Amino acid sequence: MPLITPDDLRKQLGADLPGAVASVHPVVEGLPAFLETGDLLIEADFLPRVAVYVRDVLGYTYLSDIVAVDYLDYQLFELVYRFYHLEGGRDLVIKVRVPRDNPSVPSLTPFWPGADLNEREAFDLFGITFTGHPYLKRIYMWDELDGHPMRKDFPKQGDKYLGDES
Amino acid sequence: MKAEGTMIKTEELQINIGPQHPSTHGVFRMLVTVDGETIVDLKPVFGYLHRNHEQIAEVNTYLQNMPYTDRLDYFNSMANNQAYAMAVEKLAEIEVPERAEYIRVIMVELTRILNHASALGFLINDMGAWQTPLAFGMREREKILDLFESTSGARLMCNYFRFGGVVRDLPPDFVPRLQSLLTGLPTFIDEFERMLRENEILRIRSEGIGVLPKEVAISYSVTGPVLRGSGIPYDIRKAEPYSIYDRFDFDVPIGTVGDVYDRFLVRIEEMRQSKRILEQALKQLPDAEGGHINPKARQNIRPPVGDAYTRIESPKGELGFYLVSDGGQTPYRYKVRAPSFINLTPLSDMCRGYKVADVVVILGSIDIVMGEVDR
Repeated sequence: MPLITPDDLRKQLGADLPGAVASVHPVVEGLPAFLETGDLLIEADFLPRVAVYVRDVLGYTYLSDIVAVDYLDYQLFELVYRFYHLEGGRDLVIKVRVPRDNPSVPSLTPFWPGADLNEREAFDLFGITFTGHPYLKRIYMWDELDGHPMRKDFPKQGDKYLGDES
Repeated sequence: MKAEGTMIKTEELQINIGPQHPSTHGVFRMLVTVDGETIVDLKPVFGYLHRNHEQIAEVNTYLQNMPYTDRLDYFNSMANNQAYAMAVEKLAEIEVPERAEYIRVIMVELTRILNHASALGFLINDMGAWQTPLAFGMREREKILDLFESTSGARLMCNYFRFGGVVRDLPPDFVPRLQSLLTGLPTFIDEFERMLRENEILRIRSEGIGVLPKEVAISYSVTGPVLRGSGIPYDIRKAEPYSIYDRFDFDVPIGTVGDVYDRFLVRIEEMRQSKRILEQALKQLPDAEGGHINPKARQNIRPPVGDAYTRIESPKGELGFYLVSDGGQTPYRYKVRAPSFINLTPLSDMCRGYKVADVVVILGSIDIVMGEVDR
């Protein structure tokens, strides 16, 4: 089974897609322990090209999951993309970090229709814009809602809607 | 209206199927554009059961989330428990004794039989065979629920798993009861299969309907019986064995065309394979080491900083939990990769070109449960 480790992938991408691997993280200087990761970090603009590379060259044809994580203290959103080989074996994880104000990532849906609902969920609950998504609408919440409920700074008790601003 | 020549002028019409509709298995709406009886476009609309499960989980401690996972896919609470327990065990590096693993496998395989029996019953129900086949499936489900009740104390919301094992050991009469259930199971499965294979109406309603070709199925990220029905032998129990599934001998059934009929047959065959696994597990259970739970495992945990993702082959497909820990008592991020949610992506492609009555059958063959889709 031709599975690839994050380190090998980092080397391969450095050779085949120069500029794709993110070396420093975009906002905070010096990496806090909380944000350390053994997985591959990618520049947001390169995401579709890296994903297609992973699919067509490395054979990871199955995009399992897209998770958004809100790192409020570091003003970051992290998106975790998880790919699998259909012959089996462990996952290949690609992470993208975008600044928390005006977060925008290229959509994978045109290349990978399976990303559709996951991206809409991240848009709805986190407010991350996926540029190029054909139907980027709220999926769970009602259209008129102001705000994105899974963000860490969203009021938890619904006090905003009960008229209690404190 | 004046007819032009021999052609009658037609117009496309947009209608809602659901949200309150008996065949949508919950509160689920399909915005359908029809041309006569033919589906031109379909947009699934959901969120009616949304309760922001993932944010509730960020407020609760790790253990408090265990009963909440029962409510995701309320047919398969045991499978949800296992996926979540495995994710926390990976995050906090907790070991599970052998005996506990066997008990887990027995419970989850029973869940698979239970899920497929009722899902197929509902599917035939949707095709118009009103109530009787469903009652057959439900009768078998009741027997398994009785076993769950004797073990966990609850029939549906079992909340049976704990980090490092299960909450209590099997009751003394569990093994003989399970054995007698397994003895009667082949009769039920054969009967169920015969009902479809020998019924012309059901075959006409399912063969060639809702076809999902191989390549399309992969690009849409579908999993479980839907993916295998399209002819791809991808089963996580084989592809990335977890727990103790590498010790069992079983086959991965696949379909050929990828229509409703294939998905039906795959589920029937999976019940037979689950029975095989159960028989092997019962044989190996007396030799398994350890107790039902790791005595050193703490339940009120603070896992080290980091993230973990684990997945299992739940009866509906790949069920995964992604957890991020900041070292505190509650998860920093908790995400459910719900199989029925992702399996809904190709619904509009599967329905396009078929009749309105087929939509209900195609939706039934995906086997969704809204507790998991809406979270």
